[in-house]
Amino acid sequence: MSAFRDAGHLLRFAGLFVLAFIIFLVVRKFVVPKSFGEYGHYRGAAIGEIAAHPAHFAGHQACEACHADIADEKKGGKHAHVNCEACHGPLGKHADDPASVTPAKLDTAVLCVRCHAASVAKPKNFPQVDAADHANGVPCETCHKPHNPALEAGGAK
Amino acid sequence: MNLSRRQLMILLPAAAIAWEHVLAGTPEAAPNYTMSEHWWSMLIDIPKCIGCGNCVRACQAENDVPDGRFRTWVERYHVSDENMMYPEVISPDGGKEGFPSVAKEDAGKYFFVPKLCNHCADSPCTQVCPVGATFISPDGVVLVDQKYCMGCAYCVQACPYGCRYIHPEKKVADKCTLCYHRITKGLTTACCEACPTGARQLVDLKNPNDPIHEFLRTHAVQVLKPQMATGAKVFYNELDGSVR
Repeated sequence: MSAFRDAGHLLRFAGLFVLAFIIFLVVRKFVVPKSFGEYGHYRGAAIGEIAAHPAHFAGHQACEACHADIADEKKGGKHAHVNCEACHGPLGKHADDPASVTPAKLDTAVLCVRCHAASVAKPKNFPQVDAADHANGVPCETCHKPHNPALEAGGAK
Repeated sequence: MNLSRRQLMILLPAAAIAWEHVLAGTPEAAPNYTMSEHWWSMLIDIPKCIGCGNCVRACQAENDVPDGRFRTWVERYHVSDENMMYPEVISPDGGKEGFPSVAKEDAGKYFFVPKLCNHCADSPCTQVCPVGATFISPDGVVLVDQKYCMGCAYCVQACPYGCRYIHPEKKVADKCTLCYHRITKGLTTACCEACPTGARQLVDLKNPNDPIHEFLRTHAVQVLKPQMATGAKVFYNELDGSVR
């Protein structure tokens, strides 16, 4: 015991360290979120929180559940694989409550040109028109039905 | 009850360990969704992209992305015949409202490159976060815990693809979540939903029935900046060598 004969003041100091460490551990238990480290060095519950965000696009499956007639109309046409909300915009609210939220009428003068305006930069095999040249101001939907744009339904262009 | 100092010293750590067990609950999860069964990524089919900007608008609507910031954007490349090394790249407002027209005589080749977070398997951005606020989820999506993020922007600097920004109001890092709130419910991402030509496709690499496996076998597919070894998972079909 001779080594510790005059070490009383050091032991008190060591005791203080141990106490501080225990306080650290206790505070840490309260401060660190419970799911931290569940999957890695992050808060595991954050995954669930991000997954719980509301969706604004309903998805074409939801549209087709009610609008089967439009889905049939699109079938086989050039726009068969263009999803509803690509043109109609995000309509999740309409899908949740079809009675009170009705989608706005679309303007083909804006929408058609958005994709089909002629540009050298676009892929060559994509159908493009110079809008002014092509129709002399006649609205697109006069000749082309947006859901199945071929000139005669089912027929060749 | 009288506790001696010695008894207190023994009891405190024991209480701490017991409290940890009290706090540990069950994690939140979407029903019928098992994270370990998915490994999400995206396929960009460059020859199909027409630069309409639908994806950019859809992303902003779906995720409330502030104006002037982009979780996804579209670039138009113009590679002239004389200078293959230095393409002219434009992305006016992220391509949200389309692109200026080009005179027919303009020489060289043009193509569109949609960009988004590459959801890297070895992402540089998650490695630099000092507080563990950004991470790769068990299903392969790079996410930000905005409650934990303190907005130091280390990750914004670390991303070699420029896919992160500091949200101007929330003052925390923000980025593409690959529409995590949609894909965990069986929907596709907003950008894929809105893409009229199918140039963007959500991909689940762990799903053996996903057409991506056949596509990767039969097409010339690249990722961006492979030399950086980020494990980027956004696959580009027929990507031009001038794209950076």
